[in-house]
Amino acid sequence: MKAVVTVMLKPGVLDPQGKAIGQALAHLGFGDVGEVRAGKVFELELAQTDPVAARNAAESMARKLLANTVIESFKVEIAGAATP
Amino acid sequence: MRAGIVVFPGINRERDMAIALERASGRAPRMVWHRETDLQGLDLIVIPGGFSYGDYLRCGAMAAQSPVMESIRAHATRGGHVLGVCNGFQILVESQLLPGALLRNASLRFLSMDCHLRVERADTDFTAHYQRGQVIRAPMAHGDGNYFADDATLDRLEGEGLVAFRYVAPDGSVTAAANRNGSARSIAGILSPNRRILGLMPHPEDLVDPLLGGTDGAPLFEGLAASLAA
Repeated sequence: MKAVVTVMLKPGVLDPQGKAIGQALAHLGFGDVGEVRAGKVFELELAQTDPVAARNAAESMARKLLANTVIESFKVEIAGAATP
Repeated sequence: MRAGIVVFPGINRERDMAIALERASGRAPRMVWHRETDLQGLDLIVIPGGFSYGDYLRCGAMAAQSPVMESIRAHATRGGHVLGVCNGFQILVESQLLPGALLRNASLRFLSMDCHLRVERADTDFTAHYQRGQVIRAPMAHGDGNYFADDATLDRLEGEGLVAFRYVAPDGSVTAAANRNGSARSIAGILSPNRRILGLMPHPEDLVDPLLGGTDGAPLFEGLAASLAA
């Protein structure tokens, strides 16, 4: 199965990259953009065929390595499975 | 003092660190490759600066998963001394041997310049040869040195006296201008509760020779050598 892990800085953690991107968008004339937050997306090919097992595995990977939970939160989506 | 310097792929400050340690202790440190797990006989483990694993994922995140880190954790649990500088500090927080995280500099710029640090306490093995409140100069060179922790953690660090160094103006005052990377409460270096693990962003090892313009970093290594003299 395929899992997609999205990692974002937690609210309240300064995101200077998001801020710089927001300023660049404003310079390009996109004046209607408010706050911009930058994050990371990981696509994982998993051996698990059960969506629950796949989700558990991806969450464990996110907690141990993909996200630093001191500063980041994460969201796991299993491709093709309905979100519980 | 028997010191070991951990070398990860992409680390580049290990030789400066070796020079600083040998000048202070008279003994050449052992270079420890990241796949090694035997740290027997070492009093001090140093994780130097550089760009371990190309800073992939997050600075220090890959190195924190290396085989040697479990041995470093065991060494720390035994009460052994650990020093992490720059990328080494990032690796220590990614390993959760020290709390918090190091974010991208608030300016988004890589900072390569000297800074001034105030020694917040002189009763640790790392700072014994400084005076409390002393202002020292140290080079810094990092893109991700913006220390972050939640307020409860920051309050605990301050309350327990675990802030080792702060970025200050040359006169010792804490100012926003002196805190170039945007660190919470101008924190440049922190200690573990037993004060035997120190992580800091600037490079005291790069200011130990008058030929390089100063020796403000030397007392850190001399203090360690005196405290850990076998």
